[in-house]
Formats: sequence, structure tokens, C-alpha cells
Amino acid sequence: MAQVFHRSMNILSRLSIAAIGLLVAGGLSGVMALDYSGFNQRKGVVLEQPVPFSHKHHVQDVGIDCRYCHTSVERSAQAGIPPTQTCMNCHKQIWSDSPMLAPVRESFRTGEPLNWSKVHDLPDFAYFNHSIHVAKGVGCFSCHGRVDQMPLVRSAHPLQMQWCLDCHRNPEPNLRPKDQITSMTWRSEDQSKLGAELAKIHKVRGSAFLTSCSTCHR
Amino acid sequence: MSTVFDERAIPGVPPRPPILGEGQTPTTLTNQISEMPLSPPLKTPKWWLAGFSVAFGLLTMFLFIVTYLFMTGIGVWGNNVPVGWGWDIVCFVWWIGIGHAGTLISAILLLVRQQWRTSINRFAEAMTLFAVSCAGMYPILHLGRPWVFYWLMPYPNTLGMWPQFRSPLIWDVFAVSTYATISAVFWYVGLVPDLATLRDKAKNKVARVIYAMGALGWRNSARHWSNYEWAYLLLAGLSTPLVLSVHSVVSFDFSVGIIPGWHTTIFPPYFVAGAVFSGFAMVLTLAIPLRVVLKFEDFITLRHLENMAKVMLVTGWIVAYGYGAEIFMAWYSGNEYEMYMVNNRFHGPYAFQYWSLILCNIIIPQAMWLRSVRRSPFWLFIISIIVNVGMWLERFVIIVISLHRDFLPSSWDMYSGTKFDVGTFVGTIGLFLTLMFLFIRFVPVVNMFEMRTLTPQATAKEKAE
Repeated sequence: MAQVFHRSMNILSRLSIAAIGLLVAGGLSGVMALDYSGFNQRKGVVLEQPVPFSHKHHVQDVGIDCRYCHTSVERSAQAGIPPTQTCMNCHKQIWSDSPMLAPVRESFRTGEPLNWSKVHDLPDFAYFNHSIHVAKGVGCFSCHGRVDQMPLVRSAHPLQMQWCLDCHRNPEPNLRPKDQITSMTWRSEDQSKLGAELAKIHKVRGSAFLTSCSTCHR
Repeated sequence: MSTVFDERAIPGVPPRPPILGEGQTPTTLTNQISEMPLSPPLKTPKWWLAGFSVAFGLLTMFLFIVTYLFMTGIGVWGNNVPVGWGWDIVCFVWWIGIGHAGTLISAILLLVRQQWRTSINRFAEAMTLFAVSCAGMYPILHLGRPWVFYWLMPYPNTLGMWPQFRSPLIWDVFAVSTYATISAVFWYVGLVPDLATLRDKAKNKVARVIYAMGALGWRNSARHWSNYEWAYLLLAGLSTPLVLSVHSVVSFDFSVGIIPGWHTTIFPPYFVAGAVFSGFAMVLTLAIPLRVVLKFEDFITLRHLENMAKVMLVTGWIVAYGYGAEIFMAWYSGNEYEMYMVNNRFHGPYAFQYWSLILCNIIIPQAMWLRSVRRSPFWLFIISIIVNVGMWLERFVIIVISLHRDFLPSSWDMYSGTKFDVGTFVGTIGLFLTLMFLFIRFVPVVNMFEMRTLTPQATAKEKAE
């Protein structure tokens, strides 16, 4: 009886087995690479805002402290988005005619708040509190990066669970003295020694507590 | 072939009744078995069309129910606090248990040279595969967020988390996925020479190409057979521990917990025996109608049915011992919670289910002591259905009765399945039957090449050599 397939199919069928393996491995690696890239978390993406507010200008050039606008960062879960009145404290006097700031003046006149887009948006099943992080000596820089160098703000880290856990498992490399919380340029000379000391002084809880499910998922 | 399993070759063993019907030759047998897969589409038997339509209808219903479940959440089931495991886990364990007979028949009976396995191993293995598919549905449906089911597997991820390796639930993932993989490979490897036969016999060109692809270039050469024998034997060796391990691990889901009625060391052997018990019941449930509609009485003979009935009697008694051990240990431990649990089974709100279980699994199967019952397809069919029901009730009793009386009386509650529980279960039966009907239609239900070695011609040739 004649063979159904020509003998050249032998090599093809063997190759196809390898190809299936490669396709599966390649596909899975691709998905994992995408996951790790932070693309899904919009890492590094600049969102459209009502006013092109420059953190670089206000922090680096002007030298305003973070807490001048984000007033509740030490006391509340939210750092707080400043009301238009805060903007107008200065912009009543300077750039008061700038067309770029027209939406700010409009908001001030009507009382309708500016509708900023949230750049660091954690999923709702993750509980996050700014005040505890500040109180334990974690600086703004650790999560938000060099905001003073961002003309338009974007997320420096993808806010993935692994990234949160890296610090919750070993917080010491990210601890700093409380008077340096908002500094963008502070660097420790010997962080391994200082971190351990600060963990004691700030009474940072152990990793068993910090990595308990209900610490972040409540 | 004969080197692997040949009961004739064992010295000192008296001759046993023939495994095949009178007058079967390699040709008649091959023709009869390959008739169904090779019949043209328009000549599909009416019983197949009717059966497949019903099965596929149930599968479609399953699709709707699962869609509704995913959209709404598992609140549509009867699960509550404290009964967090209901019909879903009952049915999971039930299906997994049913799978065990296939592995036992194909692996252990092969290694201990039980030639009668030859005519039932193919569809028992298929049954295993389909039952595991049904079982595998439940834990995933039960997850609540089934789209992240892959979190069950350990892989490097951006969550920075591994599965909890100390939990038996994760052992279960490995046990069941290993079982499904090995069963599928074992089944397929055993199928290759028969697919080659179908390829050579097929007259339709499309069928020929499809079977040729499935046959993986099988040419019946001595070298092929030698490799095949080794591969099959090795796979049998791999599958053998799985018969014991899979349901042992499933039993850990319960016995590692501290719930009264769960936390006992008898669970692994008792679950394994129960699995084989229910699995053989399911093989009988399927084999008895199948041998009639396919006219396979010559292949699946009364001797086969009788042997399976004997396996059920033995495993049934191991299960009965398990029930006894539970009661004894509750009394002997002197633990008030254990004693309360046993009392609650006897006299509590679910006493009807408990006593039905005893009736179905212990009392009625004793009829199989009678040779006339063991050789009666009708009565065996009835008993097999009863045992299937009994084994379902067993899991219900273990899961629900233990959970509904928590340590804290304030959280006591009653449990009953909703119409969605029933629908999910009936739906998985639809999935199982759909796969089974497709298998019957396109694949030889009985292993042709091994059956050929059982014919008088094959024996005569061997004797001459």
C-alpha cells in the first residue's frame, strides 16, 4: 500500500514538534516580558492634563517643597491634589496673563476644580497610605523617582506587587532621616548602616508583618 | 506482545476461560472494531446521533451556566459560610475518583499480566481522560476569579509571590495536572498502532490523511514494535504510582485540615479504594450499554463484567472498612468534636444522605457475592449506577456534614445546592458524554492490535514457534 505522506514529511513533522515548542516558549516569554516591562501599568507614560504643569520647574527651578501643594501627605492616606487656590497664591502675581494658565483662572473664577489625571493609580484592592510611609522614613523619591527632573510627571516605577514587596521584605535601603523625606538629591554615605539604625529609630515593623496579606489587601 | 502480558505463560496456573468470543479471528475482530470509526458520515448510527445530541445539548447548557457563573460570581451556588465547599468540590472529587479505574486497568493490570484488561483498557483510559477534564473544571470554576487560574502554577511573576507550597491545595494542582498529562500520553501511545490500522483500512481520502497524521508514521516494523513495547511499559510504570498518589493527594485536601471528620490518617487509602470502587462502577455503567449497541459481546464478555464486579467487591469492602475506622476512631479518641461529628452523621439533619450512602456503597453491592448477579449485565448496570450515586453521597457526607457544624456554634448553618449547582454537575456530565461519543465515533473503542494477540491463531503460531 502506498504511503499517505512522502518521506520528506518526516523531517517536516519533526521540525513542527520543535516549532510548537518554540512557539509556546516564545509566546510565554513574550507575555512575561510584557508583564515585566510595566507597559500594562503605563510606566513612563505622560498623561494628558488640563494644564501642562511642570514639576521640574516648580521643584528644581523655584524650589517649592512637595508638601506646599501635597499638604496631607504626612497625615492622610492621600498626599492630596492642591486646590486651585494654592496655584493662585502665586499665579495671581506672576504669569497672571499667561494663556497656558487660562484653565486655572477659569477654575478659580467658577470654583470648578481642575480635572487632573491620576498618574500613580493603584488598583482598588491594594490599600496604600502615604502617611505611614512618610512616618517610617520612606522618601518621596523612593516611589516617585526624580520628580524634580520631570517637566511632565510620569510614573518612574510600574507599581507592581513585586516592586512593593521588594521594599516590604527589606525596607532598610529605602529609609532616610525624616528631615530629608522630600529631598530629591539626598544620598546616604553608608546606607546599609544608616538603614538599620533608622529602622530601629522609626520602629519599622519586621517583614513578617509588612508582607502579611492584610497589610495591603484589606 | 506476549512477552509483556501473557497469562498462558505463567507455569502452574490452570487455564482460564477464554477472553474472546468463539470463532473470532484477527480479521473478523479488526473489521468489527474498526467498523464504527470508518463508517462514512452519512451512515452514522441513529443511536449515536441521538446520544450525541443529548450530550451536546447538556454541554451547551453547561456553557450558559458557566457564562452566568463567571458574570455573577459563585454566589449563584449554594456555598456559604461555614460550608465553603459544596457541590463543586463534591463533584471534583467524584470525577477524579472515576478516573482511577482507567489508570488501574491500563497500568497495574498490565504490569500484573491480566490479559482481560485488553478489551476494556482503551475506553477506560478515555474515560479517565474525560473524567479528569470534568474534574479539572471545578477547582477553576470555584476560584471566583477563574481568569487568573494560572496563579496556581509556580512561575516567576511580577507579583513577587509563589503559590503556598505548604498547602495541600497546591499539591492537588500538581497531582491532577501530572495525572492528566500522563493519562493523555499513555492513551495516545496505546492508540498509535490502531490509528495506523485505520489509516490502512480507510477508503475515504480525508479520513486516511487524518488517521495517517495521528499514526505518526507507524509502519509496523519490528523496530517500531520494540520501541513501542518499551515506551508502553515505561509509561505503565510511571502511571502506577499515580493510581495511589493522585487520590491520596486529593484526600490531603481534607485530612491536612483540622475539621472533625477530615483530620484522619485513614483518608489516603480509603480515598484511593473509593476512587477505584467508583471508577469500576463507571466502567461498568459505560461498558454494559456499549457492548450491546456496538455488538461487542465477543470482546467485553461476561468474564470481563464478572472480574470488574470482583474488583468492586474488594474495593467496596476497603471503603466499608474506612467508614468503620472513622466511627471507631471517633469513639476511641474520646474527642468530643469527633464523637459529635459521628453522632451528627447518624442522627443529624443530613442523616438521610449518610444512611443512603451506607445503603448504596456497602449493603447493595453485597449482591455481587452471587455469581448470577456478577454475570448479569442488567443487575450489574443497576448496581454500578447505585455505586456511582453512593460515591457521590460519600463526598457530600464528608464535605458538607463536617463543615456545616463548625467549632463555633454561632456559625452553624445548613447547606443545599442550588439549581446552578445541579446545572453545573449535569453540564459536566454533558461534557463527559460528548467527549465519550466523539471517542466512540472516531477511535476504535477496543484495542485492536492487542486483541489480535488473544485469538486462537496468534496462540497457535506462538505454540508452533
